Amino acid sequence: MIDEGKPIFQQIAEQIENDIISGAVAEESQVPSTNEFAVFHRINPATAGKGVTLLVDDGILYKKRGIGMFVAAGARERLIAKRRDSFRSDFLLPLIAEAEKLDISPAQLTRMITNEGEAS
Amino acid sequence: MTHATPVVEVNGLTKRFGNVVALDDVTLSVQPGAITGLLGRNGAGKTTLMQTITGQDFATSGDVRVFGEHPVENARVLSRVSFIKESQKYPDEFRPKHVFRCAPWFYENWDAEFADRLIDDFQLPVNRRIKKLSRGQLSAVGVIVGLAARTPLTFFDEPYLGLDAVARQIFYDRLLADYAEHPRTVILSTHLIDEVANLLEHVVVIDKGRIIMDESAETARDSATTIVGPRSAVEAFIADRTVLHREGIGGLASVTVDRLDADERRDAAAAGLELAPVSLQQLIVRRTNSTTTEFGADS
Repeated sequence: MIDEGKPIFQQIAEQIENDIISGAVAEESQVPSTNEFAVFHRINPATAGKGVTLLVDDGILYKKRGIGMFVAAGARERLIAKRRDSFRSDFLLPLIAEAEKLDISPAQLTRMITNEGEAS
Repeated sequence: MTHATPVVEVNGLTKRFGNVVALDDVTLSVQPGAITGLLGRNGAGKTTLMQTITGQDFATSGDVRVFGEHPVENARVLSRVSFIKESQKYPDEFRPKHVFRCAPWFYENWDAEFADRLIDDFQLPVNRRIKKLSRGQLSAVGVIVGLAARTPLTFFDEPYLGLDAVARQIFYDRLLADYAEHPRTVILSTHLIDEVANLLEHVVVIDKGRIIMDESAETARDSATTIVGPRSAVEAFIADRTVLHREGIGGLASVTVDRLDADERRDAAAAGLELAPVSLQQLIVRRTNSTTTEFGADS
């Protein structure tokens, strides 16, 4: 689950974000503790803590003293907005670059996307 | 945390055995509450360094402080330290249960219940004579002592000779879980770098008696990149960078260089080059000029 490409704490933050976006973790509900993340992912607790802190700094998680970490209200909407911003550079541009390499025209690419969308 | 008083401070430490320089002007400080990996090839000086820090060996020159004091024959220091090594000797007639019964005399934080759970986890026959134990079972005795002692400073020196992959995973999992609940300073010496890389907060690499890397695991992980692509494009991109490693096949080259910043990564992508991460193990292999087979091989 942990890969070498990105800093581990960033991967932890992204996994929590994914759970919030998918609704697996609801707003105002509690997320696992830093230690639970560390043991589950087999990583150093300090690294897990850094991932959680990243989300606290972004206002996605907040701390209830003596209880634990909770998902902030409105977190899901803000994460979706953030992911949409990076959708172009993360997914669209590489897709177009690969299509060009394979001589797939923009029109063909559009058709492929439409067909896949209808199929699923 | 970086400003806390170091648990271990080593200054200009040199250790000679006759003509052999085992430690060459080593300076090091270990921050409290972290798991530090002490990594290096066999014979690099890992064990000598730990033996000197724990007062079992004398420095030829230089200074060692543990909890701010000299460790040699210093009960105030040594009662707070445990050192688990692969070659631990026990009295001839001892059985594992005797070891665990004696342990609380030396370790005030000893948790007998935790030790019992670990005995179950490792399926250790506590009534068998130590002499009759398998190599892996003997290692399990040491690992259990090192974990259940919960000393403020714990050294594990290649603690798992003869332990199979499953037992090693049990060790890593229990270490992590117990450390999370009872933070303490752990120094883990190993050549199985891939297995422990994610457990470490800090990495110290020793090569031929010298410290060649001393940084956070996150920084170390991020400190090199491999560039892959057509030979001419790769050569043009790396220009006069320091090359850690170079290999290739046909017209394809794969070159490992020091960390690239965001702009350089973009330039590389624009030039049609692929960037691949470098694992901690690969990085250390590169930096110590050794071959992959020296690390990660089961001993």
